[in-house]
Amino acid sequence: MATTAHNAKRLHRFDATKRLVARLQREEAVIGGIGHSNFDLWAAGHRPQNFYMLGSMGLAVPIALGVALAQPQRRVFALEGDGSLLMQLGCLATVATLRPANLAILVMDNGTYQITGGQATPAAGGADYVAIARGCGIAGAAWAADEADLERLIDNALATDGPHLIGLKLDDQGPAAQTERDPPQIRDRFMRGLGTKTSKLPG
Amino acid sequence: MQRDTLESAPDAAADWPDQIYDLLKQHGIRQVALVPDAGHARLIRRCLADNDMQVVTLTTEEEGIAMLFGAWLGGEKGVLLMQSSGVGNCINMLSVPIAHRTPCPMIVTMRGEFGEFNPFQVPMGNATGAVLEAMGTLVKRADTPADIAPTVDATLRLAFNTFRPTATLIGQRVIGAKTFGK
Repeated sequence: MATTAHNAKRLHRFDATKRLVARLQREEAVIGGIGHSNFDLWAAGHRPQNFYMLGSMGLAVPIALGVALAQPQRRVFALEGDGSLLMQLGCLATVATLRPANLAILVMDNGTYQITGGQATPAAGGADYVAIARGCGIAGAAWAADEADLERLIDNALATDGPHLIGLKLDDQGPAAQTERDPPQIRDRFMRGLGTKTSKLPG
Repeated sequence: MQRDTLESAPDAAADWPDQIYDLLKQHGIRQVALVPDAGHARLIRRCLADNDMQVVTLTTEEEGIAMLFGAWLGGEKGVLLMQSSGVGNCINMLSVPIAHRTPCPMIVTMRGEFGEFNPFQVPMGNATGAVLEAMGTLVKRADTPADIAPTVDATLRLAFNTFRPTATLIGQRVIGAKTFGK
């Protein structure tokens, strides 16, 4: 039986992010959403295929969608916080309609705007992001029951056609580090990591 | 925003939408992100019929700014089609192509500026150019059918060669201000 939101174990974001990164063996792209989602991606150990979104709250999924459409042979993960996703819930309908087989979305749900002081989101009334995703047409959306289930769901997202959406209930642990704030450098590294920007010069 | 169908559809004889389509092909555009507008209807049909173009209908124009950025990161070119009211929906997100120095070409069909009948179109229609420029976009207007193709061409070139948001505003005078239901 599928895990329900209230039965999902509250995970540590940094630990969950490290578990994701450890399972990426084929230069999969990862778009870390605004705030602590990308901070912990950064802290988990930089990869050339990591993109850290420092602004534009809510756009991690649409950015990942653009990458996924441009690079259908590469798996693309979007890490998006619950508060951020609330700003752009419609993108789940867009994703469900386009059905990019190589896109996976991880919703990091701690119920708060942690970076601004832990204020509760307007979804405190009980909005269920996995149910919302299913309602949009992402049929395989699922809550991770615990760490082992998260790894199983990530493996499934790596091995089967998507789009996939995995919901993670998080505790209130803060981020492990802060991302360096240099957007042109972040973009340049990412494009080199994807092989979409090349130069005859070294470095 | 308002989407009163057909009240601003261009004359069927006008071929500037086909000229824009040809330019999108010449520039190698692969992702066409849009919130539909009647003024773009003919261009949208051309893009939908093209198997080498991925047309993405957005829930809000903000998504399109992100999609174009993601497309560029992934090695493809995109363009955003929208109505002037949609420009107001994506202003903050123009920080993405500015901060990252990436192309973001927009083709905007204007409302609220020339013979408009809908009061809601007027505030954003009159602010569109100023607001885009305030956010660092290079804005060019086309107010005659003959101006449209060269202006769109310039907008695409500026975006892809100089890595910034650019926009062509297609004047309502060209598109035609019709009255809904007549």
